[in-house]
Amino acid sequence: MSEEEKKDYAESPINLEYHYTAGSATTRFLNQVKEGKIVGQSCPKCSAVYVPPRGSCPRCGVATNIEVPLTDKGCIESFTIVHIPIPGNPIVPPYVCAMIRLDGANISFLHLIQGIDVEEIRIGMRIQAVWKPKDEWTHSLENIKWFTPIDEPDVDVATLRFEES
Amino acid sequence: MIQAGVIGVGQTKYDAKRRDVSMGGLVREAIDNAMLAANVEWDAIDAVILGKAPDMFEGVVMPELYLADAIGAVGKPVLRVHTAGSVGGSTGVIAATHVCSGQFKTVLTVTFEKQSESNATWALSPRYPYSPHINAGAGGYFAPFIREYIRRYDAPEHIGWKVAVKDRLNALKNPLAHLHIPGIDEKMVSDTPMLWEPLRYLESCPSSDGACAMVITSKDLVGSRDVAWIKGMAVRSEGTLSAGRDEVNPQAGIDCAKDIYDQAGITNPYKDIDCAEIYVPFSWYEPMWLENLGFCDLGEGWKLTDKDATAIDGEIPFNMSGGVMSSNPIGASGMIRFGEAALQVMGKANDHQVEDAKVAMGHAYGGAAQFFAMWIVSSSLD
Repeated sequence: MSEEEKKDYAESPINLEYHYTAGSATTRFLNQVKEGKIVGQSCPKCSAVYVPPRGSCPRCGVATNIEVPLTDKGCIESFTIVHIPIPGNPIVPPYVCAMIRLDGANISFLHLIQGIDVEEIRIGMRIQAVWKPKDEWTHSLENIKWFTPIDEPDVDVATLRFEES
Repeated sequence: MIQAGVIGVGQTKYDAKRRDVSMGGLVREAIDNAMLAANVEWDAIDAVILGKAPDMFEGVVMPELYLADAIGAVGKPVLRVHTAGSVGGSTGVIAATHVCSGQFKTVLTVTFEKQSESNATWALSPRYPYSPHINAGAGGYFAPFIREYIRRYDAPEHIGWKVAVKDRLNALKNPLAHLHIPGIDEKMVSDTPMLWEPLRYLESCPSSDGACAMVITSKDLVGSRDVAWIKGMAVRSEGTLSAGRDEVNPQAGIDCAKDIYDQAGITNPYKDIDCAEIYVPFSWYEPMWLENLGFCDLGEGWKLTDKDATAIDGEIPFNMSGGVMSSNPIGASGMIRFGEAALQVMGKANDHQVEDAKVAMGHAYGGAAQFFAMWIVSSSLD
């Protein structure tokens, strides 16, 4: 028997396609992102601002029905430098995956940092979005190519912690 | 509430690829070992409670259906539990709760993962809708929280290497452990490649195949068997993307620990607990959980690690079996913590036994560090 025939396992690929229903809150957000605007949503009870919004405040369990336009500036809440390739993931390592905290938002989201030597990236560093050309904009935060450092003083990330007023 | 205890713990040999067994064979290996240790037959088992991490980790959807015969669930109630990486712990809590409630007298519970059959890092790194495709597995997710811990408390980098060495030296005393790295030292760890900065290769858990099972019974059926009495158990959750959340020191972990300490009458965990099996998949989670679980004040965890308090002969031994750092069949990893804690207070941990261990803690966390499951077991009911 050949080595091939002696195999004690069988490959069995599974493919999965996912049709994501955004829901009304995220639909509003994504239509604004398509226009190059980042609009968070705020909790009417505790005032926390969520971006991207998912429609409700996990703290209070109520709809985040107040829209809050945000800038594309913020700071790096924390980050990692990914050195290994991830199966199925198109991006080539090493790359910087950062928790981006936009000014005025109370949660962060993951995005890329570029335009700086990785050794110089710090927690609390001020950054701003670098957008793709307008004709490439879709309903995705991929409209932002990456975030890049700007010449402003670092933020003390301890001050970012949301506390109900 | 009915008092319950663990009368049998069964584990498989953990390895990168258990190609010698199917998924059914793997879970049955752990079950047979648990039932042998407990000295019970199938007619004593009232229900079977199965746990595993996300189905995408192997691609077998509804494993409880596929495995119903292998786990002996035919003609009996079967429950399947899922709370991501904490599932091994939460499955143990749910199994024990069904005994304490009087619903069942004796329960068999089993958890597993056969990571070699697919790729968990792939499963954890899909392209999320409307986001750039940059997520990079569990290490990529937790590394920023670890970086923030290091910044917040000015912890020196050798702490991570130290945990990586300590857990792997413990693993050399556990023949079931996946990783056996004789001669491992801090230099070897610090020479390995960076994966998710600041985490290096040997500061990360392996991908393992394996299963762990326990038999839990009510006080009146224990008889003359060795037993680990369950003195406190709890699960807690918190929102993933919630304003004010502190991922470095999650509130759900604090609350879950306080709950089990209150149930078990523990006022000073550092003094009252003899040893602990704590879910540390990346080296830095040892000091982080020392603080989160109240073994010390905030910012003091890395100092406890640095002065060898968590060594097997230290003040509060952590992960005598080698821990998740040495064996990580994800779905089973939490139950291994719970089961190893039970083995310690039963005096059955063999070469990695902590001398005179009377009170032990088992701990698991999962998801976005948002699910927690813990228990306290004791050699006596008092």
